[in-house]
Amino acid sequence: MENMIQSDVSKQTLSVRSSLKSAIVRRLFISLVFLFLFCFLVVPLISIFFEALRQGAGVYFSSFADPNTLSSIRLTLIVTLAVVPINTVFGILIAWTVTKYAFKGKNMLVTLVDLPFSVSPVIGGLIFVLLFGEHSELGRWLIAHNINIVFNVPGIVIATLFVTFPFVARELISLMNHQGTALEEASLVLGAGAWQTFFRVTLPNIKWGLLYGIILCNARAIGEFGAVSVVSGHISGMTNTMPLQIENLYNEYQLDPAFALASIMSLFAIITMILKMILEKNVQKAANGRP
Amino acid sequence: MNVIKKSRRKRVIPGFGLTLGLSTLYLSLIVLIPLSMLFVYSARMGWHAFWSDVLDPRVVASYMLSFRTSLLAGLVNLIFGVLIAWVLTRYTFPWKRLIDGFVDLPFALPTSVAGITLTTLYSANGWIGRLLPFQVSFTPLGITVALIFVGLPFVVRMVQPVLQDFEHEVEEASVSLGASPFQTFRKVIFPQLLPAALSGFALAFARSLGEYGSVVFISGNMPFKTEIAPLMIVTKLEQFDYSAATAIAVVMLLLSFALLLVINVLQWWYGRRFANN
Repeated sequence: MENMIQSDVSKQTLSVRSSLKSAIVRRLFISLVFLFLFCFLVVPLISIFFEALRQGAGVYFSSFADPNTLSSIRLTLIVTLAVVPINTVFGILIAWTVTKYAFKGKNMLVTLVDLPFSVSPVIGGLIFVLLFGEHSELGRWLIAHNINIVFNVPGIVIATLFVTFPFVARELISLMNHQGTALEEASLVLGAGAWQTFFRVTLPNIKWGLLYGIILCNARAIGEFGAVSVVSGHISGMTNTMPLQIENLYNEYQLDPAFALASIMSLFAIITMILKMILEKNVQKAANGRP
Repeated sequence: MNVIKKSRRKRVIPGFGLTLGLSTLYLSLIVLIPLSMLFVYSARMGWHAFWSDVLDPRVVASYMLSFRTSLLAGLVNLIFGVLIAWVLTRYTFPWKRLIDGFVDLPFALPTSVAGITLTTLYSANGWIGRLLPFQVSFTPLGITVALIFVGLPFVVRMVQPVLQDFEHEVEEASVSLGASPFQTFRKVIFPQLLPAALSGFALAFARSLGEYGSVVFISGNMPFKTEIAPLMIVTKLEQFDYSAATAIAVVMLLLSFALLLVINVLQWWYGRRFANN
């Protein structure tokens, strides 16, 4: 009897001790994570806005009076407005092809979709310089016909298309794989047309995943630096996008305008993250809705 | 019978030819043909020119630097990525959801913004650089810092779902059979985490090898010391040395293909091992 009580007591102290230990570990882990994220994410983000507003609101807003900065904002808008719709349409198309039909060479297609993510953005720019520059027959022919793609806006658009292509397609492929083809088949068997099936059945089911992909594609299109930097030729006021203009200003030691422009892009990044958090929940629901 | 069923099944949803044709056309125009230009162009160079460009000492130094810094950044992200994923799935604490979303900041923030910010922070009179007794900006350490920032989300986002789906029964069984928490982690949880953690590591590593925007500012770009491989491509292009740029790009491309292969093999191997057990 006494023995039993004793062992019970010792067990209790053991469990108290181990829970104490796990509480310490828990504290330690959480503090480590906080410290790491604080140093690597929070401090940089705060410092962008601090540097941008250091000289006061007057200097901050006058940064945007610079015609080169204004034209870089305009160019980024143009490029994004061209790239996002194209990659959205083709992203849907390719995800549809890969997930709704069975055919040989499907894996090849999926690999091609993933490829831009595993290629350095600098290479993403270089390949279009090689393809459309004066070093290829095609490039020479185009230049002879007064079509300049490299060091010009079309080149920036095409390089951005390459870099941002996987976002919509990948997101939709994994979502539509989950959802299968049963609903489309049912709709078609019941007499709906192909377009009707797409707009009434498929699109409502993938809308959250689609939005999610579009938001990521949009963020990357706005912020792409490496690929655009190679094809743009860095002509101030002509072919500088916002990230390139930041580089220009920074290299000219105009730190205040550089950070002012950076602060706008950061604000955009924060909005992107918030939208992403909201959408993530809905995407998960859509994927789990149909096993 | 089976064959008939299958072929009929294919035809239920119309538009196969059209969508496959358009998909292939777009991928060929935007990905396949442009990328194949690298090989067409380098094949035209001839072996000798190709190798002399690829093995130029300054270029070799840049591969080594990219490899070293990416590896180090990947390892830091591996350890902290698993830790962050663990803390986010196992514990509750204030602002958890906010912090969870915040981990994606490096994906959302343009790389040039990250570049100029980190350079300013870690330079000798920056907020963080001031506190450190050694130089960070314009050294290989600075490059590593930028790569840690860029690769941060990969391991977290790969490991987190695995931990979320983890069956608590297995863990409870291990504890009730007398294993210590550390033993439980090492023998029960760790083996299941490993493939996801390694894939995350490989993704972060691959991204780091090709990263340009966040690194060019903090690296200082001194020949033989702080030049990364993607910068060498840009430098050669600026000198209108297209063949050297292409040759370096081909080497980098093959390296990232090899890395992709390693990721796939790893995942296949672990998948098989667990299927057998």
